[in-house]
Amino acid sequence: MGHTLVEKIIGNKVGHEVRPGDIVTVPVDWCMIDDIMVPFAVQKFEEMGFSKVANPDSVVLIYDHFLPATQVDDTRHFRVGDEFAKKYGIKNVHRTDGICHQLMTEAGYVKPGDIAFGTDSHTVTYGCVGAFSTGIGYTEMAGILGTGELWIRVPETIKIEIDGTLPGDVTSKDIILRIIGDLTASGATYQSIEFTGSTIESMSVASRMTMSNMSVEAGAKCGLFVPDEKTCDYCKIPYDASVKALRPDDDAKYSRVIRYRAEDMVPVMACPSLVDNIKPVSQLSGTKVDQVFLGSCTNGRLEDLRAAAIILKDKHVAEYVKMIVTPASRKIYREALHDGTLEILSNAGCIITTPGCGLCCGRGGGILSDGEVVVATNNRNFLGRMGTSKVQIYLASPVTAAKVAIAGHI
Amino acid sequence: MFEAKIWKLGDDIDTDIILPTEYLAMKSVEDMKPYAFSPLRDDLAKNIKPGDIIVAGYNFGCGSSREQAPEVVKALGVSCIVAKSYARIFFRNAINNGLLLIEQPDLFDEVAEGDIAKVTPGQEIVVNNKSYPIASLPENLMDILNAGGLVKAMRHKNGLE
Repeated sequence: MGHTLVEKIIGNKVGHEVRPGDIVTVPVDWCMIDDIMVPFAVQKFEEMGFSKVANPDSVVLIYDHFLPATQVDDTRHFRVGDEFAKKYGIKNVHRTDGICHQLMTEAGYVKPGDIAFGTDSHTVTYGCVGAFSTGIGYTEMAGILGTGELWIRVPETIKIEIDGTLPGDVTSKDIILRIIGDLTASGATYQSIEFTGSTIESMSVASRMTMSNMSVEAGAKCGLFVPDEKTCDYCKIPYDASVKALRPDDDAKYSRVIRYRAEDMVPVMACPSLVDNIKPVSQLSGTKVDQVFLGSCTNGRLEDLRAAAIILKDKHVAEYVKMIVTPASRKIYREALHDGTLEILSNAGCIITTPGCGLCCGRGGGILSDGEVVVATNNRNFLGRMGTSKVQIYLASPVTAAKVAIAGHI
Repeated sequence: MFEAKIWKLGDDIDTDIILPTEYLAMKSVEDMKPYAFSPLRDDLAKNIKPGDIIVAGYNFGCGSSREQAPEVVKALGVSCIVAKSYARIFFRNAINNGLLLIEQPDLFDEVAEGDIAKVTPGQEIVVNNKSYPIASLPENLMDILNAGGLVKAMRHKNGLE
């Protein structure tokens, strides 16, 4: 019997065949610690009594949620991180470069077939390049820092096959929202999702990232794409036999197979206040919107900014709408600056901020109050995520978000 | 066996509800305690007494990897959570902090807030004279739980305890 992609990745790392349900200890290629969790991970590491970090070059510290700092004492996290990096010889520290999940592949760390853990649930994003990556707590991260390994349960796999050509106004965000609505917020708990089909093959790596990023919103342990030539171009590695071997066997066993036709997809939103409360945009018309947020590790990439710019070119956001644009990384910011995207967005009345997590985690500028409505391109619309618990958060694609910003309502 | 008062929550209790992002950077879990569950029920944190248990539906702890969530529940003195299912990161984080999680499919639908539960870990929970069977955790997780959490397990490994 054959293997799914996640079984192959884990099997390669432990040096023997694995099956769903096996509990194995894996070597860890990459540890990502974001600024929120740095002091807690450091404290646990020291409480555990380790005297050195097992693999300092595998550790990446990224300051993104608290940047620029908005609350007193936020900067303590940077100081603790810098001291820890210096003390234990950690060279990979990103202080102002962008969101952790963008940087882990963009800056050249995670490659196809790698195993990565991070102190943030959206660590699943690196499945976009065919890596096994998932979020953990800071205590487990402290354990990996000391030992270089972690136990995992080999997950079952749900295969999601999408074939055909997407309608013009539909993006990968609409696809993943639809999937989460169908699976529900816990439908893939403990499992791997494997995305496949002709629609997926023709998709950019950036679009795939949106889907792997949100696979955790269905509870998934990881959301994987088979690495192809596009992946290798993005990762700046040759498309060789070792990468080509990272694909599921034809006789792999899946817990569930779900098929979609791309032509059936429509623009959708996740409505307050659950990620699986999915409705077609066409059924939601009328709600007045106070703010629009374009950014995050889900949809803050160049293609997202460009998609919004195409719609906002020579137009203006509604007079009462505050549209906040936060590129996911400095690299994206600079590319959007050079190709004129930021100028279009600025002319349309957008507020363009420094790269980082921004409003997504309710820490950057743009916090809302009771009764206000925000349409956002990020991954969570939980109660209280962007201000008070009476803020209504709708999740949408960059295309839908830009259209809403102009209209002033959904 | 221990007796505990039940606090009842729903499905999909996410980590932003258990502890909102704005309180994550407080220096200690003790400081965070008053804000636990505040988006959903801002009276809950002050009314939970040490030893009480939380009973919930599906997908408890979904959302972010913030370990402050199980830590703050543990700090409130909650002796265990009984839910229909858990999100995976929360599950690992809770065990690593020595917080007992129990999966039970029926209890949530049949008990009321304020009911008293008699919990025998690994065997059963009795509420209103009805017994609800519960399973044990896998051995590698029981080892961590019995050590008092992952920090203590690692200290032991490093020869410190």
